[in-house]
Amino acid sequence: MLTLENVSAGYGTFQALFGVSLDVRAGEAVAVIGPNGAGKTSLLRVISKVIALNGGHIAMEGRSLDSVPAHKVIELGIAHVPEHRRLFPRLTVEENLRMGGFVNAARSQFQERLDFVYTLFPRMKERRHQLAGTMSGGEQQMCAIGRGLMSGPKLLLLDEPSAGLAPVIVQQVFDLVRRIREEGYTVLIVEQNIQQVLKVVDRAYLLEVGRIKMSGPARDLLENEDVRRAYIGL
Amino acid sequence: MDSSTSGGATMLKGAGLLAVLAFPLLGFSDYVLHIAISILLWGFVYTSWSIMGRFGLVSLGHGAFLGVGAYGTAMLWNHFGLTPWVGIPISIAISALIGLLIGLPCFRFRITGHYFALVTLALTEVARLLIVALRDQTGGSLGVTPVGMVSPENPVSLYALQFASKTVWFYIIVAVWLGGLLIWRAVDRSMLRYAMEAISQEEDAAASLGVSVTRTKLTVTVISAAMTAFGGAVYGQYQQYINPETVSGIAISLQIVFAVIAGGMFVQLGPTVGAVITLLLGEGLRLGFGHQFHGLDVMVYGLMLVLFIIYMPRGVLGKAIEVVTARTTRPSVQPGE
Amino acid sequence: MDFITDPFLWETVIQGLLFGGVLALLSLGLNLIFGVIDVVWICYAELIMLGMYTIYFLFVDFGVPLPFAFVAGILLVALLGAILHQLVIRPILHTEPINQLLVTGGVLFFLQGLATMMFSVEFRNLGVSFGSVEAGEMFFPVSRIIAFTVSLVAVGALWLFLKKTYLGTAIRAISQDRDVMPLMGVSPRRIYLVTSALGGGLAGLGACLLVLLYDIHPAIGLTFGPITFMVCVLGGLGNMIGGFIAAFIFAEFIALGGFYAEVEWGYVLAFVFFIVMMFIRPQGILGSRS
Repeated sequence: MLTLENVSAGYGTFQALFGVSLDVRAGEAVAVIGPNGAGKTSLLRVISKVIALNGGHIAMEGRSLDSVPAHKVIELGIAHVPEHRRLFPRLTVEENLRMGGFVNAARSQFQERLDFVYTLFPRMKERRHQLAGTMSGGEQQMCAIGRGLMSGPKLLLLDEPSAGLAPVIVQQVFDLVRRIREEGYTVLIVEQNIQQVLKVVDRAYLLEVGRIKMSGPARDLLENEDVRRAYIGL
Repeated sequence: MDSSTSGGATMLKGAGLLAVLAFPLLGFSDYVLHIAISILLWGFVYTSWSIMGRFGLVSLGHGAFLGVGAYGTAMLWNHFGLTPWVGIPISIAISALIGLLIGLPCFRFRITGHYFALVTLALTEVARLLIVALRDQTGGSLGVTPVGMVSPENPVSLYALQFASKTVWFYIIVAVWLGGLLIWRAVDRSMLRYAMEAISQEEDAAASLGVSVTRTKLTVTVISAAMTAFGGAVYGQYQQYINPETVSGIAISLQIVFAVIAGGMFVQLGPTVGAVITLLLGEGLRLGFGHQFHGLDVMVYGLMLVLFIIYMPRGVLGKAIEVVTARTTRPSVQPGE
Repeated sequence: MDFITDPFLWETVIQGLLFGGVLALLSLGLNLIFGVIDVVWICYAELIMLGMYTIYFLFVDFGVPLPFAFVAGILLVALLGAILHQLVIRPILHTEPINQLLVTGGVLFFLQGLATMMFSVEFRNLGVSFGSVEAGEMFFPVSRIIAFTVSLVAVGALWLFLKKTYLGTAIRAISQDRDVMPLMGVSPRRIYLVTSALGGGLAGLGACLLVLLYDIHPAIGLTFGPITFMVCVLGGLGNMIGGFIAAFIFAEFIALGGFYAEVEWGYVLAFVFFIVMMFIRPQGILGSRS
């Protein structure tokens, strides 16, 4: 579904990604793991065209993303749930979800998708008229993921969904990711919490300093000696 | 600037100063002298504003200080016969006090940027409206003239601070203008400057380093307010006529801002260059087109201001200096070392 | 205490109310631009001034029926708003916010000079009168009642638009987090442009009402410009209801000041009130931002 070929990207003179190639097949859940500063967030940003490509190609379902501007990426079926949630703090939960469904194609399905999101996250329904900025970190993450789902995407990009959350909440977030997968969504998730995320995805890539160091089935990476030593501390 | 160029710069300044001082002796007409006086006088007022403006304290209310200076002095003279020698310091003190009264709450409550500009805007409009409302005392929108004490037979009145001769006024204004430049430089070289720059970059960090943010901002504000009031008072004495539109209100406040932006807000002579630009522009257009194209000068001002902000935010002089120093300085440390 | 039964006092208070409606309408467009998307147009009143001249010339010189002249006025100022954003604001949007104030200050001068050149400094009046309505011993000009009603409707409509529509929600969202907008399929550039046109259109609506009530002059922007800004800020930036309340407070100060003393005193009181309120509650009456 999504292919990255030899992608290089950066910010001005600082290069974050060097010749990264990966792919995500329909129905899969893929994780990109790695330490801080590895370029994981940049990876998702370059897919969303928020930062520009310096080299390589990205294609979604065969269609090249080269000349697609950032605000059109969602029309190709890619929804990006950004790092730190980035909800609109002075809009209500429901208004944030409405913004998720802003694209023309999504508007006719607004009510159905809203109901779906509320079934996935009953607590969001309770808080539908609450200002998003007043919610807890965990609730905000639920809302952010819900907002991503509102456009009915084919591919959901999740940027460090567990960041800054308490362990109990982190568990809930990953349970959520599992449920989303069960609903049939394709997910590309970028994470620092390697142990948890590798239990939820099919395959994973290890990104270090802007390059793919390793890739394979999630279980393999989880049991890999080097990975365990460097990142899981065992 | 290293030592090889500062000698040249001093010589340039010295020559410039001599040229300025010799100016009235070159036999120009009273009209030309009037233009020169206006340039230097407004240059002084603009310099006063820039002491605040350069640090990001953009005030749209300096009309209020001008007005207090001008009307304060004129009213004390007209109604109480109080000599401007006393009247001017009183007006300056009142103006400084107003600066303090407005500044203290603003800075204490971190009112900055647009909001600060709006509060100062309200202030200058209050000043203008008060002048008009107190029309029995101030003459209202028709303006007022200080009671005259001079005439061709009696051209000098030190008590009234009035002089018939433009040449005398020229030298007085030069002194005022130079005083303004000296104060500008004193602020520029003082700890005040570094403190204000730290504050305008990152207020919290500055505060944590022990900078008294409120007191620093207040000092700059009071200096600016006092100087501007002085400028207003001198203007009243020279012009022998003031009205609320020219010395208070939003129009004059905006004009001050424009002139400083055009000339260069961060350079000592920038505001003076701004005065040259605005005055010559106004006169030039008036002479060239007469009253046919009334409004053209304001239009051109406006267009220039827009272009300056977009393309030359450091003003004419600032840009010129930038260009010159870029060509003459070489970095002593190469990048990568 | 016979002020309670003084009809002239009541007339003044109600006139103040009506005037408050006008101020509220004037501040709507500005509140959208300054309050919602956080862009400063210090020349906002000058846009209204141009709208007024447009309506005047279409109606008086070209005999265009008033309703059409109004529509033309609104559309023209909407266009001016969009052009203002595209040409003047966009280049400096990502620099210090004070630059917006300065650059639109230049536009203020430019438009004033332009109007002076094109229309001269004579006062012009539309010459249209709708008469007055009598209530007891009090008289109220119909034009003011119209202005007040239109204001109410406009505030309501704008509030609904911002709250209930996709575009309205996006406009409110962009000032809270501009960078995340593309992820939702919203082009920030387009939102700014559309909002600028909308703000201009509201200014044009203001022009339609003002032209019924006042004479036109190139410098009239200076008379209601500052106060329009203060209404927005006092009410709480971006809060239309707050703006409404603030407008009424200002209007009553002005009306009562003019009743008991001279009209300037009313303005002095209103502005002093503003300054004091800025110290007590800088975020405005219903404001939420700090």
